[in-house]
Amino acid sequence: MTRDRIELLLSIADDELFLGWRNSEWTGIAPFLEEDVAFSSIAQNEIGHARALYELAAAELGTTADELAFDRKPEEYRCAPLVQLRRLEWARTIARHWLYETADEIRLAALKASDDPEIAGVAAKIDREEAYHRMHAEMWIDRLLASEEGRARLNEAMDELWPYALGVLDDELRPELRRRAQERLGRTLADVEPIPRGVHEAELAELWQEMTAVRRSAPAGSQW
Amino acid sequence: MVTVGDVWEALAEIPDPEIPDISLVDLGVIKSVTIDGPRVRIEFTPTFMGCPALERMQIEMTAAIERVGGEAEIDVVLDDSWSTDRISPAGREKLRAAGFAPPAPRPAGKLDLVELQRGAFRCPYCGSTDTKLENIFGPTPCRSIRYCNGCRQPFEQFKTL
Repeated sequence: MTRDRIELLLSIADDELFLGWRNSEWTGIAPFLEEDVAFSSIAQNEIGHARALYELAAAELGTTADELAFDRKPEEYRCAPLVQLRRLEWARTIARHWLYETADEIRLAALKASDDPEIAGVAAKIDREEAYHRMHAEMWIDRLLASEEGRARLNEAMDELWPYALGVLDDELRPELRRRAQERLGRTLADVEPIPRGVHEAELAELWQEMTAVRRSAPAGSQW
Repeated sequence: MVTVGDVWEALAEIPDPEIPDISLVDLGVIKSVTIDGPRVRIEFTPTFMGCPALERMQIEMTAAIERVGGEAEIDVVLDDSWSTDRISPAGREKLRAAGFAPPAPRPAGKLDLVELQRGAFRCPYCGSTDTKLENIFGPTPCRSIRYCNGCRQPFEQFKTL
């Protein structure tokens, strides 16, 4: 039971940490200032959620949130391949943003109903902040769907990322993601094999190198 | 011997690290104070989870409790019990005076983008409600950016959580 609980906490924390890093890649170079601010702020929230989840796992494992976030080997991370991808292209960024936030909403709804009060509590708190991410993602889907070019580029990005999006969720939650995505896009999405958690894309190792560079350059216990 | 009253008084002196116009007590992040001999246990409810001020708040609370002769034990409560509804009326007024529009009450149902775009949010400078949403996000996780058509100034709106 405890093993499952740690697996669950680390899976979600790793998703939020990696997505936070990926979102932060827009800091300073987003297409315009408002999106620079938005993606930077979303990144900060996601990394805050990761920290809280790592702290819950760390309390059970007798370690610290930082050690869990930065001292594991790349192959030990449990994040979904969707958040590993480096996608600095706007339609793909928005497609991933909407797919992840929607999958996350479905997952959080299940966790809020958990009979583990700590998990239910932290899920409820995270969900309050995620509501702003979802509004932002929905606003961008509306914008892209409003023009021919936007719609075409969004649809192409959605098709590319769809098997990755399914991989964020456990089997039983996937039909709900399909239902919402199809309704939002007004079309059918392909019946594909999900790219599940546990698969490590080449981009994960690159991000890991960057993410842990400072940590690895300083001896453990350094004070800043 | 330190009393609950001494502790609340000491905590009320701690400014929010990012908006020093209001205190941690105004902000409503201290859920409870309990005393057991010299030990003072605080239940602390974080605001936004990615807020870098959270660590500073804990350091300041520990120092304030030590100044009144207690040993601090800060218990971080990671659940949904903090809301912007917990900011005190005095705290809301201090926010407004400092140029931050205080948060709207937490809605019973879902937060709604249409409401954020059209709602009657009041400009903290001129009081006009002819304002529009510029960005859901702002300089810190707790704020959005709005623009006032009345005095033609952007302002920071506290997000509702």
